[in-house]
Amino acid sequence: MTETSRRVLVTGADTFWGARILRALEGDAAIEMLLGLTSSAAAGTFERARLVCTEPTYSALRGVVCSSQVDTVIHPAMIVGSVHASGHEIHEANVISTMNLLAAAGTSGSSVRHLVVKSSSLVYGSTREDPATFSEETPRSDVPRTDVERSLVEAEGLVDDFAHDNPSATVALLRVADVLGAHIVTSITKNLSRPMCPCVGGFDPLVQFVHEDDVVRAVELATRHRLAGTFNVAGPGRLPWSEVAAICKTRRLPLPPVRPALAMAPLARLGIFDFPPELDALLRYGRGMDTSRLVAAGFEYRYTSVGAVQSFAHRLLHPARSARAPLSAGTAPPPRPRSRGTPAPGRRRGPRREP
Amino acid sequence: MIAESPRLSDVDEWGRSERIRALARRVYAPVYSHWFRVEWEGLDKIPTAGGALLVGNHAGAIPSDAPVIMHGVETELGRRVYGLADYFFRGLPVVGTLWSRAGGVPARPDNAYRLLHEHQELALVFPEGEKGPSKPYAKRYQLQRFGRGGFVEIAMTAGVPVVPIAVVGSEETMPLLWQIPQLARVLRIPYFPVTANMVLMGPLGLAVPFPAKFRLRVLDPVTFDVEPGRERYPKSEVLEESERIRASMQHALDDMLRRRRSVWFG
Repeated sequence: MTETSRRVLVTGADTFWGARILRALEGDAAIEMLLGLTSSAAAGTFERARLVCTEPTYSALRGVVCSSQVDTVIHPAMIVGSVHASGHEIHEANVISTMNLLAAAGTSGSSVRHLVVKSSSLVYGSTREDPATFSEETPRSDVPRTDVERSLVEAEGLVDDFAHDNPSATVALLRVADVLGAHIVTSITKNLSRPMCPCVGGFDPLVQFVHEDDVVRAVELATRHRLAGTFNVAGPGRLPWSEVAAICKTRRLPLPPVRPALAMAPLARLGIFDFPPELDALLRYGRGMDTSRLVAAGFEYRYTSVGAVQSFAHRLLHPARSARAPLSAGTAPPPRPRSRGTPAPGRRRGPRREP
Repeated sequence: MIAESPRLSDVDEWGRSERIRALARRVYAPVYSHWFRVEWEGLDKIPTAGGALLVGNHAGAIPSDAPVIMHGVETELGRRVYGLADYFFRGLPVVGTLWSRAGGVPARPDNAYRLLHEHQELALVFPEGEKGPSKPYAKRYQLQRFGRGGFVEIAMTAGVPVVPIAVVGSEETMPLLWQIPQLARVLRIPYFPVTANMVLMGPLGLAVPFPAKFRLRVLDPVTFDVEPGRERYPKSEVLEESERIRASMQHALDDMLRRRRSVWFG
């Protein structure tokens, strides 16, 4: 771009987002060196990016940061769903890893000048007291009660501290809404791909989604333009959960409003549905975000919230990825993937950890 | 932007659905015109374009004033009205969803600001809050404290006028005789009323208001001579304006009560 070439480090090369972002940045000619941190041998192969094996919590990163002289660190590896990770694992992955990463980035001798962190809209929470729309400045209404929310709030605090301690560095914090797309697997995508999806009886909350491609493009933009500040990343507009289910042609299975997780426990145990505590709150009160700040910074969304759901549903209902057949009304949808182990044809399987 | 198929519902970002709202109006129309026989005075003072904060007096144990004002303005002026109310409704299964689809929005300053300033809509708020409907019948038509003047501050920030509406008839639809605080605590609701309707009709009294004659008077819109968009305004200014609006509404109520010949026939 305008300045000299960049040296970029991306965390979590073995996670969904780390790999996606590395692949996207490989095409960027302005990047001279691209490093991916991985803690397992399971990471995929990359054309240009070099992988650096580290310990999962990124302790002892100082040497890597200093010797490689990276100027940009992208941290997309935080866990934003609590189904496949215990509270302890989430804490290690989000708080401890971020702490170690930022300590290494801020150490003397480090040449890190730009930091991009992918956080989640979960930091806003979801309660009945919430405003219809969260702007980046709106505080959450309650104290975080779930492990994943608590750890993300804490990690964002660490990012704030880093920005405070390194005033010369630009720090972009991206708060990403619930993601849908062709490849990502989350509790929500899993539930929506069943013939029935859970909802909390009597509630039909407004939810907001962002397409996975837009998330990758937002990270790219934040990196390229060296954005500083907090940005919501969420497709414009929002829609009721009933409409989401209708677009995905799945019926809603109402759970009792009192302790729905308890009613869901057997089905969740069987692996048919995911019902993490953060989903309970979302399916009651929903969450909406102001998307104007990132747009003002030069971002153009390719998908609205509704568009993201429709794109996801299209892939779900037409897994063969043949010619774009219109969504046929009145005919039974094709069989859906039944178990976690067998991804639908045409769907690459995201790593287990994300999100 | 990738092209999209048409939406499957018409729920907007506030949770309001025009289809459900139209259905609600159709159901409510006979109540409005035959049960309460609503009559307006000065309806033309409500702006036909741009945001405005409608402010009313709140009364009757389960208040009918909110649906009456929303129904009246929407049918007579053809403008949407969003009703700001306690977020307590949002926590109720079924009721909360219907409330939201029918135009209810949790009363929060940021919600009100977006509605009034960014969307230039009409929003209805009752500054007395629950203190209005939960007061005993003996205190009818005595305006309670107008909160902390938040409604004035919102209108100032959003740069929109406040349009006060004095409502007569609402107090008699459901006279509150007693409260049962213990039951309210157990049910986690703001107050549990025992109304004259319940004494006469039993549990049905919760749903059926008395057919009092409704008269509404729209007062002159109040604009504020302050620069909009500020986060905070001097409390003295805010409370002064709030008190002035409250006094003008109380004055209008007293005048309307003096002219009223009968509770039931107006």
